[in-house]
Amino acid sequence: MSKFKKAGTKGLPSINTASLPDIVFMLLFFFMVTTVMRETNLKVTVIIPEATEVKKLEKKSLVSFIYIGKPHSNLQKTFGSEPRIQLNDAFATLGDIRDFITSEREQMNENDQKQMTVSMKIDQSTRMGIVTDVKLELRKSSALKINYSSRKKIDEALLR
Amino acid sequence: MARRGIPEINAGSMADIAFLLLIFFLVATTMDIDTGISRLLPPMPEEEELDDDQEIRERNVFVVLINKDDDLFVEDGFYDVSQLKEMTKKFFLNPNDEDNLSEKRELTTDYFGTMMVSKGVISLRNDIGTSYGKYIAVQNELAAAVNELRDELCMQRFGRRYNNLDPLNELEADLIADAKKVFPMAISEAEPKSVGGN
Repeated sequence: MSKFKKAGTKGLPSINTASLPDIVFMLLFFFMVTTVMRETNLKVTVIIPEATEVKKLEKKSLVSFIYIGKPHSNLQKTFGSEPRIQLNDAFATLGDIRDFITSEREQMNENDQKQMTVSMKIDQSTRMGIVTDVKLELRKSSALKINYSSRKKIDEALLR
Repeated sequence: MARRGIPEINAGSMADIAFLLLIFFLVATTMDIDTGISRLLPPMPEEEELDDDQEIRERNVFVVLINKDDDLFVEDGFYDVSQLKEMTKKFFLNPNDEDNLSEKRELTTDYFGTMMVSKGVISLRNDIGTSYGKYIAVQNELAAAVNELRDELCMQRFGRRYNNLDPLNELEADLIADAKKVFPMAISEAEPKSVGGN
């Protein structure tokens, strides 16, 4: 019986932290692998609309993004407050879209080129005029798979 | 001096370094998954082919218009977006064979056998002044209507929800393809007109 009493008198044993780096490294590797670094700096403000019938975008490498929205407030002095198109890191005009699609397509391997999707991140208050022009340019450059980026709205009927 | 061998490196600060890196990646990570409504744009016509359009009869076209003030006009009057889904479903199903709703034709598929499917097409037209938010809301309702029709069909015949079907499973992928044949996402978008000054 004395065995147990002895153990009690020792006080709190210090926890062995030798495996702490291992655990932290494991977490670190997890985050390193899952991280997708932001490739573009947004120069336009985009609040994407909500929708219920959304689907996930598979395979990020096949997706090119087009942003449309008002320039950020600190850029409005130079670029005005009208909605603008942003491709990669810079403002663009309608004529640039075709070159953009071509260069994006060239970066993919041939099998993937048919799967190429253009995700349009468009501010919900934008007028349709500019959107239609962009869609027409996409049709001209035969990038036909598009995706209207929108957030998942929780269906109220399901909650009831 | 006795041989000491290689002195042990103090690994006590390794955890700190790892933590530092971990926190950097935690902050830099964006975990959000991109979601959205997928659509297929029609290819540019080779020449001016307008003949195809005229073959679709007027009763088979479900007209949806959005004006510059985001008002929604459907078929014969102004409606709210919330009513659009039911109207679209009724247009495609046409349960009582009314002559102002869509016509039907026979279609044979592997899974659903021979059944009457709608010839209807949705014609969506917006003004250049329509807001994008409204446009997506309408697109969403139309997509919801078609998805619900497919869902009801799969539920009725197989007791499975359409949205729960797995496209990676071969049999279920065929089922999805057949459900899409019965209720295609037939949305035709006309060039927007500038109606009313902007």
